[in-house]
Amino acid sequence: MEATTVSGARIGPARRSRGLFRDAWGRLRRNPPAMVGLFLIVSLVMLGVFADLIAPYDPLAGRLADRLQLPSAEHLMGTDLQGRDVFSRMLFGARVSLMAGVVAVAVGFLVGGCLGAIAGVFGGWLDPIIMRFMDTLLAVPSVLLAIGVVAWLGRGLGQVMLAVGITYTPVFARLLRGSILSLREIDYVIAARSAGASRMRILVRHMLPNALTPMIVQGTLSLGTAIVTVTALGFLGLGPPDPRTAEWGVMLTDSIRFLRIAPYLLFFPGAAIVLAVIGFNLLGDGVREALDPRQRR
Amino acid sequence: MVKYIVRRLVGAIPVLLGLSLMVFAFLHLLPGDPAVAILGEHATPAAMERLRETLGLNKPLSEQYLTYMGDLLRGDLGNSLVNDRPILKSFMEKFPATIELSVVAMLFAIIVGLPLGRLAASRPHSLTDGAVTVVSLLGVSIPVFVLGLLLQYFLSVQVQILPPSGRIDARLDFPQVTHFMLVDTILTGNLEAFLSALGHLVLPGIALGSIPMATIARITRASVLEVANDDHVRTARAKGLSEARVSKRHIMRNAWLPVITVIGLLTGYLLAGAVITETVFAWNGVGSWVVEAINNHDYVVVQSSILVFAVIFLTVNLIVDILYAVLDPRIRYS
Repeated sequence: MEATTVSGARIGPARRSRGLFRDAWGRLRRNPPAMVGLFLIVSLVMLGVFADLIAPYDPLAGRLADRLQLPSAEHLMGTDLQGRDVFSRMLFGARVSLMAGVVAVAVGFLVGGCLGAIAGVFGGWLDPIIMRFMDTLLAVPSVLLAIGVVAWLGRGLGQVMLAVGITYTPVFARLLRGSILSLREIDYVIAARSAGASRMRILVRHMLPNALTPMIVQGTLSLGTAIVTVTALGFLGLGPPDPRTAEWGVMLTDSIRFLRIAPYLLFFPGAAIVLAVIGFNLLGDGVREALDPRQRR
Repeated sequence: MVKYIVRRLVGAIPVLLGLSLMVFAFLHLLPGDPAVAILGEHATPAAMERLRETLGLNKPLSEQYLTYMGDLLRGDLGNSLVNDRPILKSFMEKFPATIELSVVAMLFAIIVGLPLGRLAASRPHSLTDGAVTVVSLLGVSIPVFVLGLLLQYFLSVQVQILPPSGRIDARLDFPQVTHFMLVDTILTGNLEAFLSALGHLVLPGIALGSIPMATIARITRASVLEVANDDHVRTARAKGLSEARVSKRHIMRNAWLPVITVIGLLTGYLLAGAVITETVFAWNGVGSWVVEAINNHDYVVVQSSILVFAVIFLTVNLIVDILYAVLDPRIRYS
């Protein structure tokens, strides 16, 4: 790799950006609420990843004889109407709900990022078309937009992730386009342009590394709401097509009819969703402060 | 000022056009054959042909779009595929329920959130501040359906002090004039019905209002703290003005602006949140209607609801922007 040497010190975008993130991690580590958030997220993700090993029962098959049992040593979180072990369903549900939230934000990040970059770099007639389209998406309240997309595409976990992802697309597109437009007039970009660098090279080497920070902050902050939207779709009956699927939102719907006799069916999935959202919110606030120390109060 | 309003109105036109294209595509470009998607694969060919005829699906797309736009401009949103009722009529009957719920939720959010934020900002980094921070973190982190179910469990199943669902006690019968329960019950002078309607609003109102409440508390705290450090506030204190006067005339007057913006943005949340809240509380408004329509494959209702919700959201934000310009003369002509 080619490296510029100035009095013995290597300088280049790769080295500098690693420095930024190491610096940010140092600040994040000294932020107790953010660490609590990280701990919550890592624990929930681990429980989901190792669900096969931890879960004492099959999450989909139950014994009718064991139905609606209170939490006990045998069934840590009790059993549901079909006699399925709630603890096992919670573990597999962590896998579905968390993954769907993360994939959804990734879809929004990538699609929105690409559209924002195209609008910002190439401009011309593409810019207003892309941005007015983004404004249109932004005008529809997010849950309703996601519901509409699921209704359009048909039910399925992939469709849910895509639908929720689409609701984030305009946010990321606007963010990246804005950063790129402001970076266009910055000295080092003008310098690169006058040195004859191609538009693609300027975008990838000079703009993106500097525009990434707000995108990462937005991404982390979006994860909490993405999980809420994903579970909300499950709750409304628009989630996974197989109604037996262990998903936190679906489990909440199943709990409604038994609030009186089996409130634990509501408490466990409800608490899991709230913990996941708190975790992502704490982490997101921490990441924002770590990456942009000026915002600290 | 007028110039600014006109420019904002003109700026909304491309978005409205985009919106009409999008909801048009929603129905007329359903993946596969729209008629099959709506009626299911086992429908008879004759039924499918009838549906194509009613929706104009057998005409060229451009003609379909022009017909759709023509209908929209005349205020015709089409008829429900399930019961053939005009959608606009059903909407007008159900929308008051959603407005009533959203207004109560927003009132709750402002009445609780604003003082909480000011309280936290009055003693930054104190125990009170910490408590408010925790409350607002919990508030933004509990999804409306989880909070709704918890409220139902604790306040209408465990302790039966509030009704769990519906808009009013089903035994009460009175004429619906405006479809706003609170207004209708007052018009008929039925105190029992009024109290029943009010009681039914408490739980869904809190459930829907909790996230806005927490958001308003956060923004108010941050905004007040920022203004409180400004030079003009120090000057006001140095002049010897009372703390109450400084707070009212010098801090809050400036701190209001971000709070108003966020209240406008939260309207979008209220509309989306109403879809879920109404489903939890069996609230007969537009939100539960949309969910019902999706389960019935009534795509015309879903299409129109998306359009109307978006138009309302755009309108509210336009009003907020204009209000902002009125309150802050600095941005008027920028």
